[in-house]
Amino acid sequence: MSAAGGVPDARSRFYAELDPVLVANPDAVLVLAVIGAGYVGDTIARRPGQVVDVGIREQAMIGVAGGLALAGRRPIVHTFASFLVERAYEQVKLDLGHQDVGALLVSAGASYDVSSGGRTHQAPGDVALISALPGWTVHVPGHGDEVAEILHREAARSGRVYVRLSGQRNAKPQPVDGRVHLVRDVASGGQAGASSAPLVLAVGPMLDVVLEATRDLPVRVAYTGTPHPLDTAGLRDLAGPTPVLAVVEPYLAGTSAAAVAAALADRPSRVLHVGVPRDAELRRYGTPRDHAAAHGLDAAGVRRQVKALLGGAAWPARIGA
Amino acid sequence: MTSSGTVPRPVVDLVARVTGDEKHDPSAHSTLDVVWVLYDQVLRVFPDDPEHPDRDRFLLSKGHGPASTYAVLAARGFFPAEWLDDVASWDSPLGHHPDRTLVPGIEIGSGSLGHGLPIAVGMALGLRDRSRARVVVLVGDAELDEGSNAEAIAVAGRFGLDNLTCVVVDNHSDHLGWPGGIGARFALEGWAAADVGTSDHAALAAALRATAPDRPTAVVVDVPAGPEAAA
Repeated sequence: MSAAGGVPDARSRFYAELDPVLVANPDAVLVLAVIGAGYVGDTIARRPGQVVDVGIREQAMIGVAGGLALAGRRPIVHTFASFLVERAYEQVKLDLGHQDVGALLVSAGASYDVSSGGRTHQAPGDVALISALPGWTVHVPGHGDEVAEILHREAARSGRVYVRLSGQRNAKPQPVDGRVHLVRDVASGGQAGASSAPLVLAVGPMLDVVLEATRDLPVRVAYTGTPHPLDTAGLRDLAGPTPVLAVVEPYLAGTSAAAVAAALADRPSRVLHVGVPRDAELRRYGTPRDHAAAHGLDAAGVRRQVKALLGGAAWPARIGA
Repeated sequence: MTSSGTVPRPVVDLVARVTGDEKHDPSAHSTLDVVWVLYDQVLRVFPDDPEHPDRDRFLLSKGHGPASTYAVLAARGFFPAEWLDDVASWDSPLGHHPDRTLVPGIEIGSGSLGHGLPIAVGMALGLRDRSRARVVVLVGDAELDEGSNAEAIAVAGRFGLDNLTCVVVDNHSDHLGWPGGIGARFALEGWAAADVGTSDHAALAAALRATAPDRPTAVVVDVPAGPEAAA
């Protein structure tokens, strides 16, 4: 919840935008399970009819959201990802999806924002879990302005939407139109055949890390803040006829692998998936920066893995490597 | 239409079309009396306009026993009785667990226990101040084993949801018992709680009609332990 450089992070921005969102959308109801209530006290006081805090009861939180949606309301549900997605996963599956109703689920904590809190408050598998259910859109904004735009847009709609807020952020906002956008062409510029240069797709808050990691490498960098459903047409346009591609995601490595593989099924390709390793639990505390380094998700780690891809060598991401 | 102590024979016959039960033994269906009395005497529903915004909502949380509900919905004209003859076939919208998107009059898809009451709480919150509609959710005594119900009972009680009624069909199938009684657990959380049997439909209807001005209502309906699947 720090605001380095005077720019509020994604979570602070979410709390700040809630009041105008509730005003603009009279059917919207904020559903909380204690977490976050301390940051939106003014909103709760001003709009008691549009805020429900069920206490520390995450099953009821999602069930109540489903019931609100069935009654024609637009639930905005918020807590840490570990409790929002993992603890109440069957409720997300049945009380929303199976009932064929929508909700706007907004998580905090990301993969390891709560690094000092340990595994109980970390959820690198959240996007994979949500993506396994039909009909969901997943936004992973990398900047507070993106959070605001997504929140206002999705609160006025009725779909099933998961917004993953992170303490990690980029310096500049990117488009939130769900498309894959080219952010930087190869460093030499104007080079013939640039469209066949290797591509690094950065998801959400990984963009600035990727830009730093690859600043002098012969790769193009693209961005999406909406990894699910993936803009496969946009990816195909950028990937070229023989794609060499690295996908850098701030959550479980390979979360987008099936979508990328399907998008490139008819092309000879080499694809690297960078993310939080799935083969071991990191039993260390420390800072988010420590965790990023341990997972190979800091600039040095991303650079090492992308260079291995470019060199055709096996990629070595391992905790502590 | 009727307030005798039994479910009309044509409705029982409809249940038999679902189950193939030639004995026509209504005691085999612990929920039939409750569901029939609700749709015959209590709920404000519109079979010709099943999505009417001011309809009362009946949520069958105990979704693994839908035969009675299917039969009563057919009897009230929500869908043709012919649908009852091939339940759970490939071409049938009626399954062993109901799907709200396939069946007029079915308010929630259910089957996995412990989901209906939390959804009902959200529905009651969403309708409160906007509609006079009541939300009536039916759970089983064994279904209350699921901890999600404990969460929802507390939330509904503390929020004083006077448009919510939880009907607990107690066929004595819970697994570890409820010391002090089921109704007392709701009462302790701020609900109005009543116990009733099924032999007197007038008394059952009165219990199901009753609401309190500032709190949700629980109606614990005692039924004989029968051969129906537990919950």
